[in-house]
Amino acid sequence: MSNTQQMVKELVDKHGNDRTNLMAILQGVIDRERSLNDEAITEIAREMDLSAAQVYGTASFYTFLDTQPRGEYVIRVCRTITCDMKGKREILHMLENLLKVNVGETTPDKKFTLLETNCLGWCHKGPAMLINDKAYTELTVEKVKDIITEIKHNS
Amino acid sequence: MAEKKQLKRVDIIFTEECNFKQVLSEALQRSDDEIIQSLLDSGLRGRGGAGFPTGMKWKFTAQEEADERFIICNADEGEPGTFKDREILFKVPYKVFGGMAVGAKVIGAKEGYIYLRGEYKFLLDDLQKQLDDFHKLLDELGLDFRIHIVTGAGAYICGEESALFESMEGKRGEPRNKPPYPTINGYKGKPTVINNVETLVYALTICRLGAERFKSLGTNDSRGSKVFSISGDTPIPGIYELELGMTLENFVEEFGDGDTKSVQVGGAAGFCVPRKDFKDTIIGFEGVPTGGSMMLFNSSRSMYNVIHNYLEFFEEESCGQCTPCRVGCQQLLLGVEAVKRGDKPISYLDELLKLTETMKLTAKCGLGQSVANSFASIVDNFKEEMIY
Ligand SMILES: Cc1cc2nc3c(=O)[nH]c(=O)nc-3n(C[C@H](O)[C@H](O)[C@H](O)COP(=O)(O)O)c2cc1C
Ligand code: SF4
Ligand code: FES
Repeated sequence: MSNTQQMVKELVDKHGNDRTNLMAILQGVIDRERSLNDEAITEIAREMDLSAAQVYGTASFYTFLDTQPRGEYVIRVCRTITCDMKGKREILHMLENLLKVNVGETTPDKKFTLLETNCLGWCHKGPAMLINDKAYTELTVEKVKDIITEIKHNS
Repeated sequence: MAEKKQLKRVDIIFTEECNFKQVLSEALQRSDDEIIQSLLDSGLRGRGGAGFPTGMKWKFTAQEEADERFIICNADEGEPGTFKDREILFKVPYKVFGGMAVGAKVIGAKEGYIYLRGEYKFLLDDLQKQLDDFHKLLDELGLDFRIHIVTGAGAYICGEESALFESMEGKRGEPRNKPPYPTINGYKGKPTVINNVETLVYALTICRLGAERFKSLGTNDSRGSKVFSISGDTPIPGIYELELGMTLENFVEEFGDGDTKSVQVGGAAGFCVPRKDFKDTIIGFEGVPTGGSMMLFNSSRSMYNVIHNYLEFFEEESCGQCTPCRVGCQQLLLGVEAVKRGDKPISYLDELLKLTETMKLTAKCGLGQSVANSFASIVDNFKEEMIY
């Protein structure tokens, strides 16, 4: 059994193979791998008795169910109006400079992926971003430097 | 000058229930009819945006013949400028669970779900812990009901109730045709009550305080209080529970920075109200309704940037299922850009306005239908900013 097969089997055993559990299973793969590759999709389809097209159809609908390879830390900077007004552009530039990637790209060491996203529900404390599931608010360029330094340092 | 009027702050949603067990137990002992009647009497309307009377929703669902029914808490909170449900779930989740339990008893549901947006996953562990305690409480009180938390994955459209059911069923979050409504055909095709987080807390509170107390707040069409998410150009952004029925003028006096040019009421799907209309605009179902989102813009802001940002949002979040919305959002975005660049004449804005009218009539769900709200209210009121 490959690692992916093993992981999918564990997730399906945990949540159950009814289609209503598909989102939870797809999210389970994302939590571990940060993206869904073809093997994961076909394995989920097999374990749940669905077609790969059904699984892919669902996965590709959701922004957070990435089917492109992603880094270990997926950064999503809010680009919606309030964060935009509160200086989202400087935050994004800082991240691009620190990570040496453009929005949409992953660092060569596969550590970080930099993305934009829509309103995160922290507009009163913008600019805001998510790194994986964690929310960071009231960002300044200084804060962003510290956050990235700390992640690099800890891993 | 109008007299400066302090807006009435209300403290219902976030107050701790010291004796929650007793509150819940008393609510559960009341008859189903009694509970529905007090919700109807209270005038409570849904806090998620559409404003359907909550008592009717529960009543219709309870009346349906079915072997299974569900109650769902809509915690997808994706409307730009809305963040109050997060705070409610963070501070007083047990009240949300309690509202669901009372609803479950009334409609006869054994299973309930909270659909939590993926962006709020950080709340999950704590919510689950509190939910485990709540389930113990239900066992003590003898109610056969369980709540499950499911999470979304970054799709605004899944806040639309039928898209939310599709998502829970493991499918693409594409809205269904309505009717049938969820009260008849909801999750897994069963009669389903779906309510906003805040609505459920008010429902529980009305059981405790009685319909009269709630009804004494607000206006005829907009009873009670509401939790507002206030952001943008304001010195005091944040979450406030206010009595409904205030004018925008009073609102801006309290929350503006002295230079407020316009307020977007109800998020990207809502309406932009310019300064000249503040005085005559009531925030509520008789005026401009809102799910709570209030974004203030001062005169340093370009309204072109605002509508451009909203259109980018809609273009990306449209599920793409129906043509008026999928193509319409793209064309609106390209259209305003072309006018701004000078590639299209000013009159082209009128064609775009017509397009939004078509979308309002022909789009399948509220997303495509509501693009006209912000588009028309911004373009009509700030035409010169679209060009220069
Ligand atoms: C595009 C779209 C997004 C929506 N998003 C939400 C949401 O995030 N939260 C919510 O409670 N209702 C949302 N709604 C409204 C729901 O469809 C539904 O009316 C609401 O959950 C009913 O609850 P209520 O009666 O308590 O307001 C949305 C509607 C549309 C058309
Ligand atoms: S109006 Fe837009 S979001 Fe709604 S069903 Fe049509 S394409 Fe999807
Ligand atoms: S606009 Fe960025 S969190 Fe809402």
